[in-house]
Amino acid sequence: MTSYQPDALIRADVAAYLARHEEKSLLRFLTCGSVDDGKSTLIGRLLYDSKHVFEDQLAALEDDSRRVGTQGGNIDFALLVDGLAAEREQGITIDVAYRFFATETRKFIVADTPGHEQYTRNMVTGASTADLAVILVDARKGVLTQTRRHSYLAQLLGIRHVVLAINKMDLVNYDQAAFDRIRLAYRAFASEIGVTDFRAIPVSGLGGDNIATRSPHMDWYDGPTLIEHLEQVPVDADRAARAPFRLPVQWVNRPDLDFRGFAGTVAGGAVHPGDAVRIVPSGRTTTVKRIVALGGDRARAEAGEAVTLTLADEVDCSRGDVIAAADDPPEVADQFEATLVWMAEEEMLPGRSYAFQLATQTASAVLRQPKYQVNVNTLEHTAARTLELNAIGVATLSLDRPIVFQPYEQSRELGGFILIDKATNATVAAGMIRFALRRASNVHRQPTDVTREKRAALKNQRPAVLWFTGLSGAGKSTIANLVEKKLARMNRHTFLLDGDNVRHGLNRDLGFTDADRVENVRRIGEVARLMTDAGLIVLTAFISPFRAERDMVRAMLPEGEFVEVHVDTSLASAEARDVKGLYAKARAGQLANFTGIDSPYEPPETPELRVDTAAESAEAAAERIVAWLLEREEG
Amino acid sequence: MTLTHLDRLEAESIHILREVVAVAERPVMLYSIGKDSAVMLHLARKAFYPAPPPFPLLHVDTTWKFQAMYALRDRAAREAGMELIVHRNPEALARGINPFDHGALHTELWKTEGLKQALDLHRFDAAFGGARRDEEKSRAKERIFSFRSATHRWDPKAQRPELWQLYNARHAKGESMRVFPISNWTELDVWQYIAREKIEIVPLYFAAPRPTVERDGLLLMVDDERFPLAPGEVPVERSIRFRTLGCYPLSGAVESEAASLHDVIREMLLTTTSERQGRAIDQDAGASMEQKKQQGYF
Repeated sequence: MTSYQPDALIRADVAAYLARHEEKSLLRFLTCGSVDDGKSTLIGRLLYDSKHVFEDQLAALEDDSRRVGTQGGNIDFALLVDGLAAEREQGITIDVAYRFFATETRKFIVADTPGHEQYTRNMVTGASTADLAVILVDARKGVLTQTRRHSYLAQLLGIRHVVLAINKMDLVNYDQAAFDRIRLAYRAFASEIGVTDFRAIPVSGLGGDNIATRSPHMDWYDGPTLIEHLEQVPVDADRAARAPFRLPVQWVNRPDLDFRGFAGTVAGGAVHPGDAVRIVPSGRTTTVKRIVALGGDRARAEAGEAVTLTLADEVDCSRGDVIAAADDPPEVADQFEATLVWMAEEEMLPGRSYAFQLATQTASAVLRQPKYQVNVNTLEHTAARTLELNAIGVATLSLDRPIVFQPYEQSRELGGFILIDKATNATVAAGMIRFALRRASNVHRQPTDVTREKRAALKNQRPAVLWFTGLSGAGKSTIANLVEKKLARMNRHTFLLDGDNVRHGLNRDLGFTDADRVENVRRIGEVARLMTDAGLIVLTAFISPFRAERDMVRAMLPEGEFVEVHVDTSLASAEARDVKGLYAKARAGQLANFTGIDSPYEPPETPELRVDTAAESAEAAAERIVAWLLEREEG
Repeated sequence: MTLTHLDRLEAESIHILREVVAVAERPVMLYSIGKDSAVMLHLARKAFYPAPPPFPLLHVDTTWKFQAMYALRDRAAREAGMELIVHRNPEALARGINPFDHGALHTELWKTEGLKQALDLHRFDAAFGGARRDEEKSRAKERIFSFRSATHRWDPKAQRPELWQLYNARHAKGESMRVFPISNWTELDVWQYIAREKIEIVPLYFAAPRPTVERDGLLLMVDDERFPLAPGEVPVERSIRFRTLGCYPLSGAVESEAASLHDVIREMLLTTTSERQGRAIDQDAGASMEQKKQQGYF
C-alpha cells in the first residue's frame, strides 16, 4: 500500500523528508472518458486520497455536494474538478484542465480532458505532453466506440503507455469474469492499433478500490493499484535523453560583444563541452565550448533541460536553427506528408497560406486537399475535400522555406507543429510529420534562354497584374474593360481574365464554397503569373473576397508586379444596381455563399489603387489607372 | 541520470520565459513581491544569465503592502539588474481608496484598474504573472499564454489550444497576453524550490512576534499607524506568519512558531487548509475569481 505523505517523518525530520522529495520524478498523464464513466470522480478521488484537498476546500465541496451534487448526501468528488462556472451549471467538463498531486516517489501532472465526441481537440491537446493515458471504461458497458477513439488518439499522439481503468466494479459485484471479458476484448483492439504497453486495473472511483489502496472486495486481482502502476511506469523524457543531440535555438543571448550564447531547451540527447556539433540547416560544424549557467558552468545537460551553450567558433546561428550532433544531424525539407487534427470552427482551406510553427521555427504553409480522413470511431479511411472541426486526416503541405525536422514518431519536439490562421491568429490545427516528400527537390525548373525580361522588352512594356477586387456588381469588369481598351490604343499587349469567363472553362469544376473560392483564385494567380512571364499586362476581374488569397497571388509575383485595385462600393449601392439580378436571388435564398450576403468580403488594407464608385465614374477611374501605369513604366 | 520534478518544472518555466522574450515586442514581469514572484524572478535570472532579464519589473502598488515587502522589492530589482516600474492608480490615490472604507472597490481600482493603466501606459504586449493552476478552480483551465482583448477582457471559451511546447503568441495590435511561467507548480514545489535554490523571500513568511488584531475571523497585522483601531483597542502581540502576502489589511495571518524555512515547509505539509483561505478576495462564494479575471484582474 502506498501512503502519500508520511506525517511521522515530516514531524521528525523535515530536512530528511525534503532531501528525499527532491529526488522525485515527474510523470504527465491524461485521463480520458466521459462524465458517465466516472472520470471526474476518479480524479477527485486521486486528489482526495493524496491529501491534496484541504479542509476549507472540503467544506466548500460538502456544501456544493448538497446543493448540486449527484451522489445524494454523499461527497461528490466530481465537483472538485469541474472548474468553470458555466460547466458547473451544465454539469459537464468542456476544456482541458490540469491537476497536480504527488506521492512519495513522483509528482504527477494530470491533463483532464473530456470524452465527448466533439472535443477531440481537447484530448489531443492534453495528450501532446502526456507520457501515459488512463482510459476509463464503465465495467457494465465494456469497450465502447469512445474507448477505441481515445486509444487511437493516444496512440496517434505518441503515448506509449495505456492504463485501462475498468471502473464502477462495485456495480458489477466486483466480478472477475466481467473484468476479464473487457480486458481481453481491449487487448485484441490494442494490438490492432499498435498499443503495446497496456495494463487493465479493476477500480471503483466512488469507493476508492484499487486506486490508492488495495480493494478488500477483489482478492482475485493481484496486480498493482492505479497509483502503484503510475509510480513505476518509465518516464518518456528519459528515453529522449538517449537519442542524438538536438537543441532548437530559441534565443541568442548577447549581453555584450564578448559573449554570444545560444539558449534553448534540449529536444534530444545530451551535450558536453567539447562535443562536435553541426548547425542545421547551414551545415557548419564547430564544437561546444561551455554550458553556461547561473552559479557555474555545467559539465553535461540532457533532453528536457533549458540550457545556454557557447560555441568554439564564430558561426552564424540564430533562432530557428538547430544545434545537433555533428555525425547525426536531423533532415531538412520543405514538403511533408503529415497527420492533421483540425481544431477550428472554420474548415481547412486547401491552397490557403497558414502560419506554421515547429519547435522554434516559423514558416508559411499551404495545404493540399487531404489524401483521406480517418473516421476516429471505425478507424476507416474516407475521402475528404477538406477537414472540419475535430476531423483527423492526412495531407501534404508545402512550406515557403526549408525547415529542420524529424518524423513525429522519432521526436515530438521536431515532428509536432501547429498551423495558425494569419487573419484571426487562432491556432487552427495540430500536425504530426510522417515523412518528407522528395518531390520538391527532384522537380527542377527548366531554365529557358529567352527570359521574361527579354519577352517584356520585345513588347516594350513592363508586365503587371492589375487585380480588380470588390463586391459583385461594383463595376470591376466594366472598369477593367475600359482600361484594356485604352492600353490597346497605346499598343500595349494585354489580357483580361474575367471571373465569369474563367468559370466557364479552366475553373468549371469549382463551386462557391470557401475552399473552392481559394482554389479559384490560386489557379487564376498561376495563369496570371505565366502571362506576366510572357510579358503581358494582365487584368483580372474577380470578387476574390479573401485577403489571404490576394496576398498569396502577390507573393507569387516579382516585387511590384501585383497591382491591387479595390473597386470600393457599398453593399447597399451594389445591391440597388444588381445588374445580374444575383443579389435578389441571394436574398431569396436561391444562391448560397454569396459575397456580402452570407459570405464575407475582406477589403484590402493597403491597395495600390482604390476606386470609390460613389465619387468617380468608370471612365474617370480607368483614365486614372492608365495614368498610374504609365508613370510606373517610366519610374 | 533522471531529472527530478523540480528540474523539469524549472526547465519548462525557463522555456516559456525565453519564448516570450523571443517573440513579444514589449514584455514585462508583474512582480508582487510574494514567494511566487520571487521564484519567477529567480527563474528569469537563470533563463537569461549572464545577461540580466531583458524586461522591466512592474509592481502595481496599492500603497497598502507590508513595509517589509517594499524593502525587499527595491533590493530584489537592484540585485537582478532590472528596471523597476511602480504604478499607483492616480484616481485611487486622489480618492484615498483604502481597504477599510471601500471594500471591493479597493481591489478593483488599485489592482484591476491600476494594472490595466500600467499596461496601456507602457504599451506592454506581454506580461508575466506568477499565478499557479493549483491555486484556484478557474486557474486550472487557463492557458499558459492567456490572451486579453484590447480592453483587457479574458474569454475562457475562446482560449487557444496549447500543444507540446508550442505557444502561438501572435496577436493583433492592442491585444496583449498574460503569460504564466509557473502554471504547473504547486505550493509545495514553490517551497521546495525556494529551499533548494536559497531564494530570498519576505521575512513575513516566517513566524515572529507581531502586533495583531482580529477582524471578521481573520488575524490581521497592524503594520502601520493607518490601521483603524476601535477606541481603547490595543493590538495583541502574537507569533504569526503569512502563507500569502497582499495588502496588509486584507492578508490573514496564521498563528505559528515556524521561524525557519524547514519549519514553514513542515507546517505547510501538515496543514489542513489551503493557502488562499487567508485571502479576503476569494471568500465570496463560487465563481468570483473567474468574474474578476474576465474583467481584467490578473
